[in-house]
Amino acid sequence: METTIALAGNPNSGKTTLFNELTGARQHVGNYPGVTVEKKQGTYVSNGYKMTIVDLPGTYSLTAYSLEEVVARDFLVKEEPGVVINIVDASNLERNLYLSLQFMEMGIPICIALNMIDVAKNRGIEINEKKLSEFLRIPVVPTVARSGRGKTELMNAAEKMVKKNERPIPLDISYGGDVDQALVEMEAEISANSFLTDTYRARWVALKYLENDEQIRSLGQKTDPVLSSKLEEVVNRLSIHLQDTLDTYPEAMIADHRYGYIKSIIKQGIISFKQDRDRLFLSDKIDKVLTNRFLGPVIMIAVLMGLYHLTFAYSEVPVGWLESFFGWLGGMVEAFLPDGLIKSLVISGIIDGVGGVLGFVPLIMFMFFGISLLEDSGYLARVAFMLDRVFQIFGLHGSSVMAFIVSGGIAGGCAVPGVMASRTLKSPRERLATLLTVPFMNCGAKLPVFALLVAAFFAANEAKIMFIITLVAWGGALLVAKLLRITIIKGAATPFVMELPPYRLPTFKGLLIHTWERTWQYIKKAGTVILGISIVIWAMMTFPSLPESKTQIFEAERKAVMVGVSSTVVEELESADEEAELSERAEGLKDLLTAIDYREAESALKHSIAGRMGTALEPASRLAGFDWRTNIALVGGFAAKEVVVSTLGTAYSLGEVDPEENQSLSETLASNPGWSPLVALSLIIFTIFYAPCFVAVVCISKEAGSWKWGAFSMAFNTLLAFVLAMLVFQVGTALGILAG
Amino acid sequence: MSKLSMRRMKENQSGIISAVKADGEMGRRIRDMGLVPGTHIKIQGRAPLYDPVALRVMGFTLTLRNNEADLIVVEVE
Ligand SMILES: Nc1nc2c(ncn2[C@@H]2O[C@H](COP(=O)(O)OP(=O)(O)OP(=O)(O)O)[C@@H](O)[C@H]2O)c(=O)[nH]1
Repeated sequence: METTIALAGNPNSGKTTLFNELTGARQHVGNYPGVTVEKKQGTYVSNGYKMTIVDLPGTYSLTAYSLEEVVARDFLVKEEPGVVINIVDASNLERNLYLSLQFMEMGIPICIALNMIDVAKNRGIEINEKKLSEFLRIPVVPTVARSGRGKTELMNAAEKMVKKNERPIPLDISYGGDVDQALVEMEAEISANSFLTDTYRARWVALKYLENDEQIRSLGQKTDPVLSSKLEEVVNRLSIHLQDTLDTYPEAMIADHRYGYIKSIIKQGIISFKQDRDRLFLSDKIDKVLTNRFLGPVIMIAVLMGLYHLTFAYSEVPVGWLESFFGWLGGMVEAFLPDGLIKSLVISGIIDGVGGVLGFVPLIMFMFFGISLLEDSGYLARVAFMLDRVFQIFGLHGSSVMAFIVSGGIAGGCAVPGVMASRTLKSPRERLATLLTVPFMNCGAKLPVFALLVAAFFAANEAKIMFIITLVAWGGALLVAKLLRITIIKGAATPFVMELPPYRLPTFKGLLIHTWERTWQYIKKAGTVILGISIVIWAMMTFPSLPESKTQIFEAERKAVMVGVSSTVVEELESADEEAELSERAEGLKDLLTAIDYREAESALKHSIAGRMGTALEPASRLAGFDWRTNIALVGGFAAKEVVVSTLGTAYSLGEVDPEENQSLSETLASNPGWSPLVALSLIIFTIFYAPCFVAVVCISKEAGSWKWGAFSMAFNTLLAFVLAMLVFQVGTALGILAG
Repeated sequence: MSKLSMRRMKENQSGIISAVKADGEMGRRIRDMGLVPGTHIKIQGRAPLYDPVALRVMGFTLTLRNNEADLIVVEVE
């Protein structure tokens, strides 16, 4: 026999910890159909009885306002789990019971896990669980999820409930005379017409109508518009009456009475406090320092910088290993495959693509380890608390800061983990605005582009220019966020109402599970798509290849050069392996031949789809000062921003330039008449703002839940970048500044 | 005993909520967290830029933006 058991409870009640404790490694993370809310599933076996455990999103209530609440409610109604284990934080009983009450109103069979009983005890809170159980007429089992205490008893109680399989006696509390009267009236109508009653209890439907529940109301409109309007009529009458007599709304009355009911239970001697409830616990004392007006921000900057270094410095080593591995693999292919398209596809398309995907893995692991550490310990909520005032101005949320910093708010980050870091944001509009603006930050891949241009044109002011670039990125990102929030992601700020959970020492196991989950999701979800796009970009820069007539010209040039020197020199060059010391004349020949190869690569690039795009765009891009070479490089930069440098190298017949060693290229640019400091500035601006690299685009689409947003960020960012670059170039030209 | 909006309360000042004037989503969120008439609260502190405000209610700590605190009327002791 099998059954499904759902875990439900407030955020921070210990749900995830209990879930991990019950299912161990037997878990599977996915999404609820059609939404980005995570769905965790696992199995628990006891006495040969297999139970599927589903971790529902943590919520404070069961209204239909947030996605999490809708998901949790739909799951309960549609999947009908055998029993719901409601995790209740014993140190925070009153607020946690508010959710329990709502399950009971729905008529859902629940069993309460009275978790954090150890914390409650330390705080001098004593709970008589027997009495609580008798009062609510449901099993109550004290647990400590962190150590696994009470786990078996809890599961036995749950199993017993499933086996007995009797529907619970629903809890019908009084919401005050006026509301109760309306409820009775509505309930009668609902039952008489079997309105929605195949899925919901009649009284609950009436209650949801009174609570203005969007989901139930629109479902009602569709099912039976006449009856639905009639019910709404009753609600309106009651609303007006309550407004006139008590200056309140039905839903406020209902909430007040729920809490009133909870307070009345608590007063029955179920809970006793040995200490003053407003007493400052250790956690509050820590807060006196960590959120202090002066010390708080200083410590916060130190912690964030620390996290940043943890992520990027320590991940450098494994990233280096991966890079050398893929370099080695490329070398093997180079040596063993014959020259030609297949080789080029394998090296530039597949190996670089897979390497690109896996190259981010250590970064994502370290970053999520760091973020989990801050989140589980409770510090992240304090960061949000301290910075909210600033981010609020731009229509964002205090929690947005994490995503911005990781993306390169301190130059050198990466938008991929940055985009994923926006998960810590619970408010949907603020989250979307954050997702769409973090790619403006200066990630590590943009730095070589800036370094090249600064070295070529602003060598005297390097530090100053880099600082300005960072400021422009932040300013731009925040202003665009504001713009988005008053246009396409319009809507009032999501209420900030946020709990500051007590500081807790995170468990290592919890951190590891969390980190691994995120990393695996990235590999699984993004991996395949990214490999595909990488091959497409390779094809764009390779096809169509040069026609025979053109390649023959280069071939003829090579022959002519070789004929020009004595055959011994040619032989010396052909027989020498790479490391060998060459004679002066052989060296000279080699240089000549390489120069021809590079020129051939340049024409091949110009001939390819990317080259043609670059050329076709030239009339427009001229407005910002870019010629076709820059355009191709920017197209290549969609694969990864540092590719801009190497592609520029090819386009200027310098071969593929290593982004770290750009001297020859920067000299070429500095002396090229098509370039000037103004063009460089315009290109810097463009690079900051244009389309995120496609790995980031894929992540944005996944996190926002729709490819529409990925496409939007490509189109919008590029357009914005172009307008800004054009402004810089045109104004600069008109004023005659930075002309070189 | 006097009534004032939560925004105007000082640090460490405590009182009993007498009305919550928010409706819609905001009202729902505020009430879900237990901020209903009759609940005892105490201001715990404010963020470095004086917004949001942190308060203690039923033994846990909650934060609200000032413009949200405006909607809550508290009867202070
Ligand atoms: N002392 C103590 N700590 C616990 C107990 N259960 C969980 N914790 C800790 O409480 C913190 C929050 O637990 P989580 O399991 O992440 O809570 P959650 O309900 O899943 O929270 P969300 O992920 O925000 O929904 C973690 O640091 C746990 O280690 C417990 O019974 N006793």
